[in-house]
Amino acid sequence: MSSSTTSVSNRAPMSTNTNTKPNALVLRTAGTNCDRETVLALEQSGASVTVMHLKRLIAEPARLDAFSLIVLPGGFSYGDDIAAGRVYGLELRHGLASHLERFVARGGYVLGVCNGFQILVESGLFELDLTQPKATSGARAASERNLALYDNASNRFECRWVHLRTEASACTWLAAGERMPVPVAHGEGRFVVRDETVLQRLIGNRQIVLRYVRVDGSPARGAYPDNPNGSVYDIAGICDRTGRVLGLMPHPERNLTPWNHPHWTRLPQRNEGEGLSFYRRLVEAAAGVPV
Amino acid sequence: MAATALSSSSTRSTTLPDAWRVEVFRKDGIDDPEGNHLLAAVRELGAAKLERARAGRGFLLPATLTRAAVDAIVRELFADPVLDLPRIVAPKTAPERTDARVQRVLVAKKPGVMDPIALTVRRALHRTGLAPDARADDFLVTTFRAWELVGTERLARETLAEIGRRVLANETIEDLSIEEEGLAFTRPAARPRHGVVPCRCATRGDERLLAISREGALSLNLVEMRAIQAHYRAQKRAPTTAELETLAQTWSEHCKHKTVTGVVEMDGERIENLLKQTIKAATLELAKPWCVSVFHDNAGVVEFDQGFDLCIKVETHNHPSAIDPYGGAGTGAGGVIRDVLGVGLGAKPIANTDCFFVGPPDLAREDVPKGAMHPRRILRGVVAGVRDYGNRMGIPTVNGGVWFHPAYTTNPLVYCGTIGLMPHWAATKEVKPGDAIVVAGGRTGRDGIHGATFSSIELSEDSETVSSAAVQIGDAITEKRVLDALLQARDKQLYRAITDCGAGGLSSAVGEMGEHTGAEVELEQVPLKYPGLQPEEIWISEAQERMVLAVPQEHVKELLALFDQEDVEATVIGTFTGTGRLVIRSAGECVADLDMRFLHEGTPKPVRKAAWKAPQHADPGCPAPKSHAATLLALLSAPDIASKEWIVRQYDHEVQGMSVLKPFVGVQMDGPGDATVLQPLATSRKGVAIGCGASPRYGELDPGAMAEAVIDEALRNVVAVGGDPDRTAILDNFSWGNCDKEDRLGALVLASKGCKRAALAYGTPFVSGKDSLNNEYRVGDTTLAIPPTLLITAMANVPDVARCVSMDLKRAGSRVYLVGRTRVELGGSHYLGLLGLAGGRAPRPDLAEAPQVLRALHRAIAAGTVLACHDLSEGGLAVAAAEMAFAGTLGLELDLAPIGIERAVGATENPRAGLDPDSVKLYAESSTRFLVEVAEGSANRFEELVRGLSVTRVGTVRDSARLVIRSGGPVPIVELDVEELRRAHRGGFQG
Repeated sequence: MSSSTTSVSNRAPMSTNTNTKPNALVLRTAGTNCDRETVLALEQSGASVTVMHLKRLIAEPARLDAFSLIVLPGGFSYGDDIAAGRVYGLELRHGLASHLERFVARGGYVLGVCNGFQILVESGLFELDLTQPKATSGARAASERNLALYDNASNRFECRWVHLRTEASACTWLAAGERMPVPVAHGEGRFVVRDETVLQRLIGNRQIVLRYVRVDGSPARGAYPDNPNGSVYDIAGICDRTGRVLGLMPHPERNLTPWNHPHWTRLPQRNEGEGLSFYRRLVEAAAGVPV
Repeated sequence: MAATALSSSSTRSTTLPDAWRVEVFRKDGIDDPEGNHLLAAVRELGAAKLERARAGRGFLLPATLTRAAVDAIVRELFADPVLDLPRIVAPKTAPERTDARVQRVLVAKKPGVMDPIALTVRRALHRTGLAPDARADDFLVTTFRAWELVGTERLARETLAEIGRRVLANETIEDLSIEEEGLAFTRPAARPRHGVVPCRCATRGDERLLAISREGALSLNLVEMRAIQAHYRAQKRAPTTAELETLAQTWSEHCKHKTVTGVVEMDGERIENLLKQTIKAATLELAKPWCVSVFHDNAGVVEFDQGFDLCIKVETHNHPSAIDPYGGAGTGAGGVIRDVLGVGLGAKPIANTDCFFVGPPDLAREDVPKGAMHPRRILRGVVAGVRDYGNRMGIPTVNGGVWFHPAYTTNPLVYCGTIGLMPHWAATKEVKPGDAIVVAGGRTGRDGIHGATFSSIELSEDSETVSSAAVQIGDAITEKRVLDALLQARDKQLYRAITDCGAGGLSSAVGEMGEHTGAEVELEQVPLKYPGLQPEEIWISEAQERMVLAVPQEHVKELLALFDQEDVEATVIGTFTGTGRLVIRSAGECVADLDMRFLHEGTPKPVRKAAWKAPQHADPGCPAPKSHAATLLALLSAPDIASKEWIVRQYDHEVQGMSVLKPFVGVQMDGPGDATVLQPLATSRKGVAIGCGASPRYGELDPGAMAEAVIDEALRNVVAVGGDPDRTAILDNFSWGNCDKEDRLGALVLASKGCKRAALAYGTPFVSGKDSLNNEYRVGDTTLAIPPTLLITAMANVPDVARCVSMDLKRAGSRVYLVGRTRVELGGSHYLGLLGLAGGRAPRPDLAEAPQVLRALHRAIAAGTVLACHDLSEGGLAVAAAEMAFAGTLGLELDLAPIGIERAVGATENPRAGLDPDSVKLYAESSTRFLVEVAEGSANRFEELVRGLSVTRVGTVRDSARLVIRSGGPVPIVELDVEELRRAHRGGFQG
C-alpha cells in the first residue's frame, strides 16, 4: 500500500495534472476498516491514492481541490454508535457540506461503500440536485432527509455473498443490466424511504443504480437471503441526480482477486474478480475530471 | 484492601435523574427488529399475552443544557427523521404516560461501567459544536435502553423482572428498573485517597497470612505468602498494599503459569518443569529455522514471505465470559488482539479465531444450576461479544468451532485467537534505561480489578455477585484508534518496546517490560475515567484498550503528537531506569519499591503430585444401528456437527479482502470447510491456512491420545485445503480443572507428553500457548470440573493459493478415495454418544505413518490432482461424505467393502467379533483420514503421489444428487437425497 496515512503535503498533485492517473482520496476516521481493500482496488484500477483522516480534511478543506474522486470506505465509524454512520454524517454536514457540494458540482466523483454509503445517506448528499450550477446550500438540517439505512430485517449483522444487477441510471459509467457477485457485511443495510413518493422520485430521477437479484439475475423481490437485509425495492445502491455520487452496501473491493469468489474452486480459471472492473470503470470516469 | 465501586449491590436510583432524558423509539409503521426479537424471547418464556414490544435508546444529558440545545442534539444526532420518534423529558420529571397498557423496563449500565456510546456522544457534541464543552470532565452523558411491552393484560411485576433478568439485562453490570422511572446520573463514588498502607504480615501466623490473601482477593497460597513474609522480614519492613497487589498479580497463575512450570511428581517420575520438558522441548528439538520468536513474547512469530512474518496467539477468557458472556468474550477478543499489537514492535491483526465450549443447547431451564446462565444465552452472548469486537476492529473472524458438553454448563470456555502480519524487522524489541514509559489508549478506571487473580480461582454460585468488578466491557473503536496510531509510530520507529496492558494492568505491563532495567512510575500521570481511585487501583486496574510503550526521550514529542492526531490519549507516566527496582509514586509518596528480581523470580516453585486413572467402562463395542440413514441424519444435526452458519455469518470474515477459502464453501456456501485460507500480501500468491482441533470427549477417556488426536485433527484441517505440513506452526491452549487435584494434574501431564510426541513426529513446532486452570464450579461442598480441554490451533503456509482445495464435490464422474486407516476406535465418537454408550478406545494417530500421509496428500494437492478434500473427524466417514455431497449438490456413491478395519494404535488385542463392520467404517473417528475427489484424468498421477500409503478407492461422484452407500451388496444401506442431508445439517439450534 503506497498510501500515506498522515501527510499528503509532499504528494499533493500539481494543478497541471493530466489526469491519466486520477487522484483518489480515501477518507478515513476512527473505525474505518476497509481501507486496505479499498486502496488496493483503486491502485489496481490505476488511481493515485491518498489516505487522509477526516479531521485533517475538515481543518484544510481546500485539499479537496487536488482530487477527482473521494471514497468513503466501509467500517464502523465511531463504532456506529447511536446509528450507523450517524456521527460521521453529522461531521460531514457540519464541517464539509459546501466543499463536498462544490466538489461534486465541478465534476468530482464520490463513492461510499457500506459504512461509507450509510455516512453519505446521513450527510444528505443524495437528496440534493447538483446538476444545475447554483450557490451551494451549506449545512442542511437532518430533518430534511427522506432516505435511511437501518437494521437488517434479520436483526443480525450478516456476512454473505449476494448478486447485484445494475439498473439504467444516472450513474452512466456503469452499464445497465450487468451482474456482479459481491459480499455484503453489515447489520444496518436496510434501505428505506420516507414514503412511496420518495421511491418514485428516485426511480424517476434514475437514482437507483444497484439492486439485489437472484443468482439467475431475476429480481430478489425482497426474499431473504437474495435480498439480505429487507431493502425496499431490492435497493443495494443509489446515486445522486448527477450520477457522480454513488453509495452501495455491498463490497466490490472484496472481490478483486481470482480467489475471492466463494465458488472459485468450482469455476474455470479466472484472471480477476468482478469487483475490479467496477473500480476500473469508476477510476476511468474520474480520469476525465478537471482538477 | 480496597473494595471496588462496581460492587454487586444495586446502584439503581429510585429518584428521577437531574438530567435531560431523551428516549428514541421507532415510529409507528417502522419495523422494529429488536422489539420483535424481544417479543419472541418473551413468548419463549411463556408470556403469551404480549402483543408488542418496542426497543428504545435512551440518553441522559446535563440539566445545564437549554431546551433548544437539547432539541438540536436530538434532531441532529439522536433521532433519525425517517425512522424515529424522539421523546424529550425535562430534568427531574417522569416521561408522560399516554397509553396505560404500556409497561416499561429500563436497563442502564451501573456507574463506572464502560459506556462507549456515551464517549462517542460527548466527542460528537464537542466536535460539531452542538455542546462545545462536552469534553469537559464534568459534562456527564449516560445511555440506557428503554423497553416497552404492550399486552392484552398487564404482566405481573415478577414476570417483568424475570424478562429483564433473563433477556434484557445482566445485573452484574447493569441496573434494571421495572416500571420505575428512576435512573442514576452519577459517576462512581470517589473515596478519600488512603495513601501508603503498610500490610502488617511480618509477624503473622499462617492463618492470618491466608486471611490477608483471601480478604484481598490476592489468590496467593500459604507458601507464597510465607515467601513474601520472609522477604520483607529480611528488609525489616512491611509490604505496602501496592507491593502486595503487584506481587499477587505477577505471581498469579494467570500471569506466571506456576502449575505448568512447577515440579510435578507422577508415577515415580519427577518432572522439574512440565512446560519446558514437553511443549517447549519439542520446539527446541525441532529447531525450525522459520521460527522467528517463540514462547517469550506476547505471540509466536514465524516467517512468511517477502520480508514479512506472521504471528499468532490464542487466549482464553473463561471466567469473565461465565459472568458476562458478551463483555467477557468481547474483551477476550480485544485482549488477544492487543497481544498481537504488542508482539515485537507490533503487528497488524489480519484474522481472528474463536472457539466456544458450552453446555447443551437443549438443557431444560430447571436443570441450569444456581448462579449459572442457560447455555443458549451464554452462546448467544459470547458470539455477539466476539462479533462486535472483531467486526468493529475490521479483523476477519475466520476460524473456530463450538463444542457442547454438560460439564461446560457452569464453566463455559471461550478461546479467542488473533493472527498478525508484521515486517520481519519489527519482530524484536528492547527496553533501554532512560526510555519514557508511555501509556496509550483507553483511560483507567475501577473496571477489571483483580481479573488476573479472579481467573485463578474456581467459580461458584456466588461468583456472579462477588466477582462483578472483574468484568470489563470493551470499546473496540478505541482499540482501533490505537491500532491505527501504533502502526504508524512503529513504521517511524518512534518506540523501542511495547506490550499490552492485560491481566494485572499496569503492574504486569510495566513490571514485565522493566524486568531487566527497573522502572519508576508516577501514578498521578495516569489518565483516569473518573476521580477517586486509590493508588493500587490505578496500578492493577485491567481497564481495556491500553498499551504500554518504551519511548526514547528524543521521540516522545513526535509520538505523543502522532497519537493525538488519531485521537488516542497517550501519556508519559514514568521512566525505565537502570536500578533493577520497581518504584511507584503517588502524590509525592512512594507507595511501592520492589526488587525486580524478587518480583519475577521469587515465586516459590510448587511441588504437586499427579496421578491418572482411566475411567472404568465396559467395552461398548460397536453395535449396528436400526437404520444407517436415520443415524446419519441424527449425526448431521447433532449440536457439535450441525451447521454453525448462524454464528459464522455474524462475523465479517471478508474484511481486508484477503479471503481465499471461506469458513463455508460449496454451491450454496453451506459446506463446512476444514480450514480457512487467506492471502495476506496482495503481491504474493502464498497463503496462510488456519485450522483447529479439540475433543473433550476423547480427553475424558485418554488425555494422551486426545492430545495426539487433536494435533492430528488441526493438521488434517490445514493440509486438506492445501497447507504445507512442513511449514505449519501449532499452538496449545489448555483449559483444565483444578490442578491441585491429582487426577486433573495427571491428565495434564499425559496431554502435555502427548503434545510433545506428536509435535516431534509431525515436525510441527509449538510457537505459543496458554493454560487456564481452575475451571471448576463449586456448589456447596462439591465441585464440577470441565473435561480436559486442549485446543490446538494450526497455522500453515500455503505455497500457492491458486492450488487450494475446498471440500465440496466438484463434478460427476470423478473418483473418491479414502486416505488413511480405519481403526476400532469408537471411544468418544458421536456415534456411541448417539447410542448413549460410554467407554471404548479414543482415536490415536499412528505417529510413524501419519506424517507421511499428510506430506503425500499435500504433494497431491500442490500438484493439482485433487478436486475436493475433506477430513474425517466428528461423525466419521458417513458425515464427511454427506457434507461433501450436499456442499457440492452432487450425488455420491460409496461402497464400504474395500475398506479394511484395523486395530487401534497401541492395541494388542484383535478386534472383537461382536463389532458391526459397517458401523465401524461409517462412524469411527480414527485420525489421519480424508475423503478425496480426484478427476478420472488425474487418477494415475494422484495414485502415484500417495503410493505406499493406505489409499482405497471407495466411490464415484454422480449427478443424481443422492448419497448412496453400499456394503458390497447391491442394496444400499444408506440412500438419501442431498437436500435431506442439507436440511439435517441446518437443523438444530440456530441461535
